[in-house]
Amino acid sequence: MNAVPMSHGLILGGILFAIGLAGLLMRRNLLLILVSIEVMLNGAGVAFVAAGSRWAQPDGQIMFLFILAAAAAEVSVALALLVRYYRMRGTLDADTARGLGE
Amino acid sequence: MLELLWLVPAIPFASALVLAVVRLPRKVVAWLAVASIAASTIISLLITYSFLHAPPAGNAYTEVLWRWLDVSGFHPDIALYLDPLSLIFMVVVAFVSFLIHLYSTEFMIGDDGYSRFFAYMNLFVASMLTLVLANNLLLLYLGWEGVGLCSYLLIGFWYRDPVNGLAGRKAFIVTRVGDTSFAIGLFLLFQQLGTLNIQDLMRVAPQSWHVGSGVAVAVAFLLLGGAVGKSAQLPLQTWLPDAMAGPTPVSALIHAATMVTAGVYLIARTHVLYALAPSAQFAVAVIGAATLLLAGFSALTQHDLKRVLAYSTISQVGYMFLALGVGAWPAAVFHFMTHAFFKALLFLGAGIVIQALHEEHDIFRMGGLWNRLPVAFWTFLIAGCSLAGLPLITAGAFSKDWILWGAASAAQGSTGLWVAALVGVLLTSLYTFRMIFLVFFGQEHTPIAKKPGAAMLIPCIVLAFLSIAGGYIRIPFAHFLEEVLPWTTRVASAVPLSETASATAAGLVFLLGLVLAWFFILRRPSLSSALVKNPAGAALHRFWFSDWAMDWLYERLFVRPILWIAQIGKGDVIDGSYDGLALLTQGGWRALRSTQSGKLRWYAAVIAGGTIIFIAVVLFL
Amino acid sequence: MILLWLIVVLIIGGILAWAVARAIPLLSRWISVVAILLDLALALYLAVQHLNAGPWLAQADWDWIPQFGIHFHLAMDGLSLLLVILTLFIGLLAVFVSWREITTAIGFYHFNILCILAGILGVFLSLDLFLFYFSWELMLVPMYFLILLWGREHRARAAIKFFLFTQISGLLMLIAILALYIAHYRVTGIYTFEYAELLGTPLSPLASMCIMLGFFAAFAVKLPVFPFHTWLPDACAEASTGTNMILAGLLATTAGYGMIRFLFPLFPNATRTFAPIAMILAVIGILYGAFLALSQTNLMRLLAYASISHLGFVLLGIFASNALSVQGAVMTMIAHGISTGALFLIAGLLEARTGSRELDSMSGLWDTVPRLSGVGLFFALASLGLPGMGDFIGEFLVLLGTFRGHLIFAIVAACGVLAAMFYALRFVQRAFHGPNLRQLHLPDLAMREGFVLGVMIVALLWLGFYPQPVFHTFAHAANHLPALWR
Repeated sequence: MNAVPMSHGLILGGILFAIGLAGLLMRRNLLLILVSIEVMLNGAGVAFVAAGSRWAQPDGQIMFLFILAAAAAEVSVALALLVRYYRMRGTLDADTARGLGE
Repeated sequence: MLELLWLVPAIPFASALVLAVVRLPRKVVAWLAVASIAASTIISLLITYSFLHAPPAGNAYTEVLWRWLDVSGFHPDIALYLDPLSLIFMVVVAFVSFLIHLYSTEFMIGDDGYSRFFAYMNLFVASMLTLVLANNLLLLYLGWEGVGLCSYLLIGFWYRDPVNGLAGRKAFIVTRVGDTSFAIGLFLLFQQLGTLNIQDLMRVAPQSWHVGSGVAVAVAFLLLGGAVGKSAQLPLQTWLPDAMAGPTPVSALIHAATMVTAGVYLIARTHVLYALAPSAQFAVAVIGAATLLLAGFSALTQHDLKRVLAYSTISQVGYMFLALGVGAWPAAVFHFMTHAFFKALLFLGAGIVIQALHEEHDIFRMGGLWNRLPVAFWTFLIAGCSLAGLPLITAGAFSKDWILWGAASAAQGSTGLWVAALVGVLLTSLYTFRMIFLVFFGQEHTPIAKKPGAAMLIPCIVLAFLSIAGGYIRIPFAHFLEEVLPWTTRVASAVPLSETASATAAGLVFLLGLVLAWFFILRRPSLSSALVKNPAGAALHRFWFSDWAMDWLYERLFVRPILWIAQIGKGDVIDGSYDGLALLTQGGWRALRSTQSGKLRWYAAVIAGGTIIFIAVVLFL
Repeated sequence: MILLWLIVVLIIGGILAWAVARAIPLLSRWISVVAILLDLALALYLAVQHLNAGPWLAQADWDWIPQFGIHFHLAMDGLSLLLVILTLFIGLLAVFVSWREITTAIGFYHFNILCILAGILGVFLSLDLFLFYFSWELMLVPMYFLILLWGREHRARAAIKFFLFTQISGLLMLIAILALYIAHYRVTGIYTFEYAELLGTPLSPLASMCIMLGFFAAFAVKLPVFPFHTWLPDACAEASTGTNMILAGLLATTAGYGMIRFLFPLFPNATRTFAPIAMILAVIGILYGAFLALSQTNLMRLLAYASISHLGFVLLGIFASNALSVQGAVMTMIAHGISTGALFLIAGLLEARTGSRELDSMSGLWDTVPRLSGVGLFFALASLGLPGMGDFIGEFLVLLGTFRGHLIFAIVAACGVLAAMFYALRFVQRAFHGPNLRQLHLPDLAMREGFVLGVMIVALLWLGFYPQPVFHTFAHAANHLPALWR
């Protein structure tokens, strides 16, 4: 039963989260930023699942389902916004989207 | 009769009010102004009559009009107090005012501020009468400030010329410097003795303070500050020569006959305090002696007829201060009276001359007027002789001899003061006859434009009569005042002379001055101009001409620093600190604003970083 | 009940004036006049009816928010009565002077004026600290609008400055009130804002001092006390004439009243400790205001600094705290309200005629408007403390009282009276005397203007020559102050 120790799962989750965060900070394309966010969410999900299996509780997997649902909703709204945004500005570069700074 | 006392200041005040508010034709204005002062004069003469014939109890009469205020122990009344001293001042003030008002009706006839002029003049008379009749020092202070105000308004009467306004403000401010000292004196008196009623003060003070006690000296000096300012004595005399910017009747009334002697009245009124403070009384004498000499020298060098008379006034008031300072109280009051007559007359004569010569003030451009303006000449000559002290005949000689005798024999008299007074006689005689010779004798320089009418000449003739006759009442005068202002005598005279010898010396000195003036002005005019032209003489001349450079000094010592402070403070330094606070807020806003860059990834990085730090803090601390 | 009406009449009048303004602007002005006159009549009725009824002429007390111990407690004694009458009088003049000057948003203007008056009356009448604070704040917001909407060029800045100063200081007072409220609860277990009950609240010296300073902050800004005065010149330079009369003439009286009614009775020990500092501030303010007034070229700004200088005497008199000086301070407040109100009125009339507030654009006005100039001279003289006018009586008593215990302060302040001459005479010289350089031909005082100023002259002379009835009216309120320190 204890094939995979929890620490492995957490490390994997952490690595995924870090990769996602790095992508979020470094990418300028809004679409790829969204992808990075998904990666981070997955990292969090892995951590939940690992924790759930450690204590043999279903909660971790339920949480993962919640995350999936939230991510799906988020992606659908975000993609719609992206399409609008692209039509308006003709670009998906995040750094040009600064109505405040100027 | 005495109950009518309140009308004496009230009538001029009421007429001032009417003149200020209602627009009236010239004839009515003149009539109203003169009639009100005439009524005041008549009432004061009636009061004098009844006072002499049926003296009230205690030789003094108090009339309480109403309680001014009553605030926890401080309850001055609006009340008038009549005793021989205030009676003399009241009669002289009212009578001289009446004559000068009469004179002014003609003198000012062409002026478009006719009604305003008489409104101010009547207000002045009302204030002056309040001053001399007040039974407490607060009411006296009210009159005191009132006359100062009228002096300011009348000096700056021709307001279109800013120079006049400046002279007016100078007079008001300089006298007010003295008044501040006076006011502080009042605070001290009230704090110490709990009342400002003059008679109560005079009764309580000797019981509370011993001779020479610190408080008494302080009070006496503070009151002296007020007197010095109002009476144009050292070191606050600088305003009076400039005050000549006002119309000539104003100079005659305010700056010669009445207001400038208010300081003399104040000291005489509170003489008990000075008796308690010998050092302050000595200071009065020294100030008087110094002023009479300095002003005498300055008078010698002036070109402007009215300025000569102004310095002469300062000098003569210096005599009164000298008399007060040595304890020859009645002599000071007597000199006030004779001085009011002859100095008012001199100014009125000067007004006639100046008006006749198209507003010419320079005595070197006058001359030869004696047969062209005969009445003015003769009256002016009489007044001049009275001023210089022509012995045996003129009133001025009687009063001045009395002061000289006081300087020698009164309680605080000394040889130095007597000599100073004697030198003063020489100076007076010199500048008086220099002025008379230059104005009325010699060559004619300017033609005459206007002859004076009856309204201007009658007051001159009356005053000329008084300038001579006034001297003969010295004995009854002294007797009348004796109870209020006793002559204080020292054990042995400071100067080994009898009264007659002192007077003879003064007479001889007068003659010397007359001869010197005649020699330098009429006989050898070249000699005097040579004297002025040589470098030392020129420097001295300039020095004296500028009133010992006091104006120059004060300008640098006070006027400029005050204006400078005001100017640098204009923007309100304190406000700057609030602006600094605002700038600080603005700086903080700028700093924080830069974090709100609008860069999405920057926000994300900050969120991540912040979370990491937060978790780290939670975990490791 | 009449006390409530005093306030309600003004508020109803204000709402009515606002409501009808769009249809008939003139009616709005008349409604304001009638409301104030009605109030004045009520106040005078009270005065006549109850003048000798004891310390409190009238009282009215309702529960307002009983859970928190908040009452609607109004009361009037002689001091409040005089100040109420003064307020209504100056308020009437403010409405009057805006007759020509205010042409936009007339209804809202009058609403604001009447609201301020209601607030000031509330301050003078309330004996519940919560109600007091409520009234205190009620003055501020309309004043902010008055400056902002009907001001001159830099009005926004001035309005914000005014608001920040008064609001921050007001909040300090609110904190102080709440602190006192809680401290009282801790001791007695009763929540109350009632003045009489809070009076003897035992406090540690430190707490007492802190709470006192909270109150003092509000009063000091409103008076205004050096160095919290800088909003006043800015506000006066920008606001309309009527607003200025209220700003300089009336708001100061609320502060002085607050000190006499609340500050001293609530914190006798703390005020005593604090007195030397307050007196130093007062003396500095007297001189500072006088000197700054000397160099101003904007007439309104000059008058504002002059006002600061005069109000220094109020602070000095109150904190010198002996019978003479406190009564002098109250007299100074009243006389200052009239004389400064009149000076601002005159400045407004001059502005209406010459089109400017700058002294440089006036000269030799005596040539063309002799009556207005004469009246201006009169009030300038009142301002420089000439005997025979109310200002003199007030300042003299303040100095006389201060001299007893604090010789140096009195002497320096006396020099401040001297300094008042400089700016007053400069004002007269620059505006009225001198040559008529611009060859102006202006209309002299109209009948109505002359009448109003004439009334003020009579009032000031009356205070100068026969002030005893006034002293008598507020004697009780002022007299208990010195006793507090014993």
